[in-house]
Amino acid sequence: MVSLEMLKEHETVRTAPVSEAEALVDVRGLSLWYGKKQALYDISVRFPRNQVTAIIGPSGCGKSTLLRSLNRMNDLVPGVRVEGEVLYEGVNIYDPRVDPVAVRRHIGMVFQKPNPFPKTIFENVAFGLRLMGVKGSELEDRVVEALKRAALWNEVQDRFKKESGLRLSGGQQQRLCIARAIAVEPPLLLMDEPTSALDPIATQAIEDLIQELKTRYTVVIVTHNMQQAARVSDRTLFMHLGVLVEEGPTEVLFTKPKHPYTEAYITGRFG
Amino acid sequence: MEILKQRPSRNPKEVLTFALLVFLSSITLLTTLGVILSLVGDVAQFFRRVPLTEFLFAPEWTPLFADPRYGISPLIAGTFLVTLIALLVAVPLGLALAIYLSEYASGAARARIKGTLELFEGIPTVVFGYFALLFVTPLLQRVIPDLNIFNPLSAGLVMGFAIIPYISNVAADAMESVPRSIREAAYALGARPYEVALRVVFPAAISGIIAAIILATSRAIGETMIVAIAAGQRPILTLDPRETIATMTSYIVQAATGDQPTGSTGFYALFAVGFTLFLLTLFLNILAQYVVERYRERYE
Repeated sequence: MVSLEMLKEHETVRTAPVSEAEALVDVRGLSLWYGKKQALYDISVRFPRNQVTAIIGPSGCGKSTLLRSLNRMNDLVPGVRVEGEVLYEGVNIYDPRVDPVAVRRHIGMVFQKPNPFPKTIFENVAFGLRLMGVKGSELEDRVVEALKRAALWNEVQDRFKKESGLRLSGGQQQRLCIARAIAVEPPLLLMDEPTSALDPIATQAIEDLIQELKTRYTVVIVTHNMQQAARVSDRTLFMHLGVLVEEGPTEVLFTKPKHPYTEAYITGRFG
Repeated sequence: MEILKQRPSRNPKEVLTFALLVFLSSITLLTTLGVILSLVGDVAQFFRRVPLTEFLFAPEWTPLFADPRYGISPLIAGTFLVTLIALLVAVPLGLALAIYLSEYASGAARARIKGTLELFEGIPTVVFGYFALLFVTPLLQRVIPDLNIFNPLSAGLVMGFAIIPYISNVAADAMESVPRSIREAAYALGARPYEVALRVVFPAAISGIIAAIILATSRAIGETMIVAIAAGQRPILTLDPRETIATMTSYIVQAATGDQPTGSTGFYALFAVGFTLFLLTLFLNILAQYVVERYRERYE
């Protein structure tokens, strides 16, 4: 069986590494602890602009933790400690002078289970815009624009100001959450297993949407579904036990994995 | 298969336990019914002597006068005034405390403060009554010279503090039950903690918060000792918080402790006032339940 000691001895295997110029986010030597338990071990990786990067790996491998380190959502967990840097457009978001709230306003996030606010569809999408002080007709235009871009507009245009977001179906709720996240035009969109609570048809709709989104946004998606990673992403990271084992273009990682653990995982021998 | 035919309900221990539980729970139900029924008889006695129109519309409540009048409006005005003052204190402070408890306090602080508030809830209200009369009123008289010794202002302020736990603990429970995932969504959009509390959690918990306020109102209306001691027993139709007044509850105390001879109209008036009070609080409790049901958010 794979042990942590064995993994930590190896360097991350990289295929066609991303250059500094291509990277929107540059993670350098990131380690993270929840209390005394270490969850991430010295992770270095770059996320290229306008591409979809998938993070895969077995449960508890740290993929969600890594994702939540990119917008400092982990700060909300009591007793969390971080070492290393996450450069976003060249700025280390863990610099003590950086306000985590400002970081989150630049980076959108979509969660595992759809979590709309108990407000109308309009107010859901308007929430982030209102925080930024957008008002009046501009607010309305941008809400409609976000609903269109999230491919939800046609289904809700006759009722989006009256109906609660909670009344939508699961798949629609998740697209509403995507609309809410992209309404503020975040350059980076983080998705934490966004289809794990959805049926295959709703999943298909979200996957199509991700392809659309990457023309405007940089997307990082965590998924436990390897077929999904293969379908939607340009690059893939494989993590195990808090270690980044291998990263590279998705087709390489899935067809010619270099690390024996990556191969074992994608061929279904563990995980 | 004999064993399959032995139904659990035929098991004597099961039958006995069931019968005992039904008996015990019916005691409370029957007591409540009994209270209502005994009230109804005496209330009927009262209305045989005093027309309903006088009870509802006469502006005076003077059961002890040579020419007694039985208009309940002064008592309702007194109750309303004290309740209003109490809510003006308890709603803002109670809700602020609820927001602190559910959104800002650490787990240990939350448990300690909630525990303290529950202890506070257990203080006999007679203690609050004397505190209002002997400490708060003299203090207020320095600022408001023509404040009566017995006044609804002091009683209302102290009652406001006494009912804070009813608002804060119930409202905090409602806010804590808003799913974590909703808070995360707001934080991920770059909301600050106060924005998460005020724009997301508070509105999401609004049904529970309103219910907390209604229950506290019902509690304030039914509160007896603080008003009996500190607000006085002079039923005057006024909304001036400096005047001595009487509330529905304080009249009941007065009548029940011997000012009214048994069988007199004033004695039966006690039941009419009690029944009015009962209807009012019952209405508020039903309203609270309705609000909770009607406006509760279902997240799944």
